[in-house]
Amino acid sequence: MSDKKYEGMPPYAPGTHVRESDIQNKKIAYAWWEPEVQYSWSLGHAMSKFLTGLKAGKIFGIHCKRCDRILVPPRMFCEHCFGPTEEWVELPDTGIIETFSISYLDPDARRIEDPILVGVVDLDGAPPHHGFMHYFGEMSKDEIKIGMKVKAVWKPENERTGSITDIKYFKPAGGAD
Amino acid sequence: MKEVAVIGAGMTLFRRHLKETGKELSYLATKMALEEAGIEKKDIDMVVMGTAPDAFDGTHMKGEYLLDGAAGVGLPYCRVFNGGGTGVFAPIAGWWHVASGVADVCLVVAEEKMGNCYPHPQTAFQHIWDPILDRPLTPNLVWLFAMEMNRYMTVHGIKEEDIAEVAVKNKRNAVGHPCAQLADPNITVEDVMNSEMMAWPVKRLDISPPSDGAAALIFCSKDVVHKYTDERIFVKGVGWNIDSTMWTNRDLYFPDYVANAAKMAYKKAGITNPPKELSFAEPYDPFDYKECHHMEGLLLCEKGEAPTLAREGVTQRDGDLPICPSGGLLGVGNPIAATMGQKMCEVYWQLAGKAGKRQVPNDPQMGLGQAWGDIMQMATVMILGRGS
Amino acid sequence: MTRKVCVIGIGHTDFNSITPDMQWKDFMYEACNKAYVDAGVDPRKDVNSFITCAEDYWEGFSIFDEFVPDQIGAVLRPCCTVCGDGIYGLGTAYMQIMTEMFDMVAVEAHSKASDLLTYGDIMLHAFDPIFEKPVSGPVERPNYRGSPSYPAEAPKPFIGSSEETERVHPYFMAGLEMQDYLKKTKTTEEQCAAVVVKNKKNAFWNPYADYELKITIEDVMKSEYLFKPVKKLDISPNVDGAICFVLATEEKAKELGIEPIYLSGFGWNSETPWLGTRGFDADYAKKSAQMAYKMAGITDPKKEINILEIDDRFSFKELQHLEALGFADPGQAGNMVEEGTLDVKGSLPTNMSGGSLGVGNCLEATGLQKSLEIVTQLRGHAAKRQVPDAEVGLAQAWRGIPSGSGAVAIFRRG
Repeated sequence: MSDKKYEGMPPYAPGTHVRESDIQNKKIAYAWWEPEVQYSWSLGHAMSKFLTGLKAGKIFGIHCKRCDRILVPPRMFCEHCFGPTEEWVELPDTGIIETFSISYLDPDARRIEDPILVGVVDLDGAPPHHGFMHYFGEMSKDEIKIGMKVKAVWKPENERTGSITDIKYFKPAGGAD
Repeated sequence: MKEVAVIGAGMTLFRRHLKETGKELSYLATKMALEEAGIEKKDIDMVVMGTAPDAFDGTHMKGEYLLDGAAGVGLPYCRVFNGGGTGVFAPIAGWWHVASGVADVCLVVAEEKMGNCYPHPQTAFQHIWDPILDRPLTPNLVWLFAMEMNRYMTVHGIKEEDIAEVAVKNKRNAVGHPCAQLADPNITVEDVMNSEMMAWPVKRLDISPPSDGAAALIFCSKDVVHKYTDERIFVKGVGWNIDSTMWTNRDLYFPDYVANAAKMAYKKAGITNPPKELSFAEPYDPFDYKECHHMEGLLLCEKGEAPTLAREGVTQRDGDLPICPSGGLLGVGNPIAATMGQKMCEVYWQLAGKAGKRQVPNDPQMGLGQAWGDIMQMATVMILGRGS
Repeated sequence: MTRKVCVIGIGHTDFNSITPDMQWKDFMYEACNKAYVDAGVDPRKDVNSFITCAEDYWEGFSIFDEFVPDQIGAVLRPCCTVCGDGIYGLGTAYMQIMTEMFDMVAVEAHSKASDLLTYGDIMLHAFDPIFEKPVSGPVERPNYRGSPSYPAEAPKPFIGSSEETERVHPYFMAGLEMQDYLKKTKTTEEQCAAVVVKNKKNAFWNPYADYELKITIEDVMKSEYLFKPVKKLDISPNVDGAICFVLATEEKAKELGIEPIYLSGFGWNSETPWLGTRGFDADYAKKSAQMAYKMAGITDPKKEINILEIDDRFSFKELQHLEALGFADPGQAGNMVEEGTLDVKGSLPTNMSGGSLGVGNCLEATGLQKSLEIVTQLRGHAAKRQVPDAEVGLAQAWRGIPSGSGAVAIFRRG
């Protein structure tokens, strides 16, 4: 063992602790900047078709021939075999709950009383564990469980814009799990 | 290929807000590491910086901004970035700088100033989501962990109380760590279970806090290590692996990418029975269930077994397989990339017998550090061991 | 036997000022797919490690690393992101191969500059927040939005969001540096203009270049001063493009029956980030070249290196870099361009591809674009712009304003 200069490492903890209140009360000097950062990403074929489909009330997946699997959300290439994907497939708007959370935080991390139910839906027609994130509704926090059958609730046609939010949430599809 | 030794490490205080700028924090950690190694800037050949989202510090190309504090001026300096995995990936990059023969001495610095992002670093986390599939649903990062924790618990039938044992262990382990942000000698499982429910099943005390901090590590080639120290602590194995961006196309209950990274590292280190051959491990624990998730991913126990081991005390500092003897992220703090301090710096200090109050008993010979990052995707593993 | 690293595959997309039909993922996929086909390898079986060169703010995500693996073939494989120019990626791949843990590594870099609506502001975000950002504004100006696209609009001098005040476009740094360079070396604006003429003319013979233009020195001198003495035509306009390289050991190349182009040396270096104490003589280029020359065993670069692709984001940078890399004495690079030494048919062909002035500024992919040209030349595939009998080539890139970092890569024919 080498010369033990110290009782233990680290021998001291350099750094000056300041509190949120020091910042708010302007007890420490700081510089402020709000960057003007804006992007507009091109969507590409796969996402364009997917979103156009959502606007029309349809969920599209795409088929990889080599792996013989349907990818949803769709993409132009399959990440398993690295080959291009080809056939578009319309999928039913039903599935099962893969996982979920009962959130007492709203998107801005503020506390809410009435929890938000959110999770991942595995879509029927796609292989296991293939789906996307969405909200759950028309069920209570005590009813929601992994494996529950669910169905999409869509916005009325004239309110759809070509976004994942064209689906309002997934509700229980009824029947046994 | 050159064998690579570790000769020094450094770490700053970890707190929600530190007064020092990112440059100053990098300098403080670097200075401590140079002091321990007994070297100066002129002895350094190349520098690696590991630092995570630029949005926290509030500077684009922040690797460039930080480089003077990290001793990078006039030197070959490079930044790597794998989200949360950076804490162990930056040391891996430092390793390949030396193992390739390109550098004899490589300094690795990891820094994070999450406090710069105002009012809360959560806002920067809004931009990790896919802009088309996820962001329109205005998700909160805690939801993602909650979904994974739920899947993990449901598949294995695990109770929240057993997972809470991990938070208790780590926050107690952190007592005696000079840098620790959330050390608590008296915390109990009941405290954790009664803490505010954020997004079921995640509660406030299940989560590590955002922090400011920095850490540093110095690697050198076996050819020159005799110039600097009598210690012989070498990099035995490295591994890293990333899973698909499509996190909704995976079963989250088991992290395949952690297993792949671990296997890569074990193969290099010649380890065939990890729980027996490793003296301790520092898996990444941003949430208490993550320590369990990663223990299983690192093949340190059977799938679903980790919470039981926590409950039975196996993973305590004096247990059969000490896990997170530093106090981990839950106890010391979570400045993303700078968690290198509790992971690789800690492994080094433990093997060198310098961990003070946190020292794992029985003369540890080999330790593993692991970090995890991106959107439930990235695993980075490094194994250090005594003797060549 | 000493382990050697060589390039076995290259692939790239077309370079265009806008690419509305492709998402960044498809872009990366195209470049990588082409590189794997060029090398004759299956990324899912043969490639051991993957590297992307990217910065979060150029992409628009916190943690761009998340969005990388699928389209480059790296799912459940070792994959990482280096925050640097493409040549940093090449050097990283070199080091990974030399550790003997990997024998085939893919490196990818791209620019999707057309996705950046506020390019100037994003670049400004890289400045020091305490000492440098505040100096850039606010300045009272009439309403005047910045725009990255060209040739419709060159970067306007003022950018910003508020109605009454604007911020100065960070390209003002190029103006400061050019002013200093011209004064120190007695290079003239006309000589810098000659670089623009040469490179934009070279771009005609480069099928993927986007900014080819037949102009004269007078045209450049007449173009509007935007950041005096930097004029509109002295600036490389932004472009979208993706490039992928596959590097492997010499043994692997022989196995695959590929004529290897060796990556015989690389280097990178950083000057101080403080703009106020910067030397403005491209010291990063000098030091990174020294590191690369040493690794490649080059003692007399002027004699041993046949072709150059060096960073010409701003016209004067090509001359400044030539001098820093040791190919011209201070103040002499201007003469070299006037005498035709740097032409494709000259004695030191420089930026045969058209450089950034002719191809477009592809942000962090610049170094890979330079390397792409060198490798294409060494393979003898450069068609009308081919430099005959090229044996050793140098690619150099700078990381752009406000950094003082750059990298060099040296390639050698087998």
